[in-house]
Amino acid sequence: MTDARLVLAERFNAHPDSRCWHVAWNPAGTLMASCGGDRAIRIWGKEGDSWKCLSVLQDGHQRTVRRVAWSPCGTYLASASFDATTCIWKKKQDDFECLTTLEGHENEVKCVTWAPSGNLLATCSRDKSVWVWEVDEEDEYECVTVINSHTQDVKHVVWHPTQELLASASYDNNICVYKEEDDDWECKATLEGHTSTVWSLTFDPSGQRLASCSDDRTVKIWKCQNLEGSGVCPCATVEDAFGSWTCVCTLSGFHGRTVYDIAWCRLTGALVTACGDDGVRVFKEDVTADPDQPTFSLAAHVSKAHSQDVNCVVWNPKEAGLLASCSDNGEIALWRYQEDDE
Amino acid sequence: MSGSGALENANPLIFQRSGARLLTASDEDEDVHDPIDDREIFDILVVMSINDPEHPLSLEELNVVEQVRVQVNDTDSTVGIEFTPTIPHCSMATLIGLSIKVKLLRSLPDRFKIDVHITPGTHASEDAVNKQLADKERVAAALENSQLLEVVNQCLSTKSL
Repeated sequence: MTDARLVLAERFNAHPDSRCWHVAWNPAGTLMASCGGDRAIRIWGKEGDSWKCLSVLQDGHQRTVRRVAWSPCGTYLASASFDATTCIWKKKQDDFECLTTLEGHENEVKCVTWAPSGNLLATCSRDKSVWVWEVDEEDEYECVTVINSHTQDVKHVVWHPTQELLASASYDNNICVYKEEDDDWECKATLEGHTSTVWSLTFDPSGQRLASCSDDRTVKIWKCQNLEGSGVCPCATVEDAFGSWTCVCTLSGFHGRTVYDIAWCRLTGALVTACGDDGVRVFKEDVTADPDQPTFSLAAHVSKAHSQDVNCVVWNPKEAGLLASCSDNGEIALWRYQEDDE
Repeated sequence: MSGSGALENANPLIFQRSGARLLTASDEDEDVHDPIDDREIFDILVVMSINDPEHPLSLEELNVVEQVRVQVNDTDSTVGIEFTPTIPHCSMATLIGLSIKVKLLRSLPDRFKIDVHITPGTHASEDAVNKQLADKERVAAALENSQLLEVVNQCLSTKSL
């Protein structure tokens, strides 16, 4: 099974006596931001051989900070909190200053993410809605749409890597895909198939496929049937582009409990999952398989990656194979995924 | 989720409490590794009471928890609990389940995976309640709500036996 390995590079306590919910690399891959149940955001940088806490941002939120996201330029950081707000932080030399607080969601904000252009921000909440915010040059944020396509909490939102296309995952077991049309954001497709909460989503490097992970202990790969190559198939009209998704692969039997997070590496194409059974697993695609019937095999598995649930896994955007994970025990671990040659 | 107002179940069946745990020689031997077992978890739960001024009864007396519905595996670090609401439309079911979960989270080592479910077939909203109790994000957010936390803590206040 395994001709690849996942080797621990470093492990440190990031949010003592608390849960670490999320960790995010900056676009340059030189800094990490983490957040947790202690209501704080911590910025980590490498000094010498080890990672050190460079600053603690703790006056922004009144409750758990669920998620942090770097802007594509790396200058801004957004944080989503159970206190129903999203804070925007701006990097000033070595410190961060809270620029603005986005209010509007009725209760817990679960996720925040920047569009590749950096001009749009999406948030989602237990109030069942997805909000899209527009950013102008004066750092002013304006809500441009509120989408109510889900019937339950929205757990996760993610942008397509190249197009202004948004996908969301929910407690209602479904995934919705949205596109802007005539100044309005519309749900173009609802992907049904998971039998419990969908916790996280990730696009493949080309943006043609979406991977989802769920409380039903499976991972599903969805393919957009209107996309060919990197662009939209010329035969597809704008109306039905991104409207037709099919589940082309289900990975079941690998995970012992809820799969909380999934990340597709832009550099290596490897897929990694974070699981409630404390494990981190890397899946590799069989490149010879039919694109409409892809097959993935378990390439590396650390069964006790953390002593408690693994909440998040993220690939470093610049250094191939470098992976960060974080856990309910407050720790962050860094791993090197090594594929053995031949 | 409030315990005030008219009683849903004015006349609950009251069950006998089980006797105290029998101590064996090895229990008192500090050198013997003492794994966490079903009875120990049961003992943690039975003293919990539902905060109802007219029925300040323990979960055991209401037959909400029974030792046979507690499954502990110390080696695998798993605890599974099935609880039985007193009536199929009990509006307190989520609160009782949440309180059981919180009690175990506070009592057990962090390595344990705690699953709290409704005994199959005993509640009208069984699946919805089970799903909510299994969602750690919802549980975490609920416990940051001070009013809800207060109700849970009242539920967890040990009933004087």
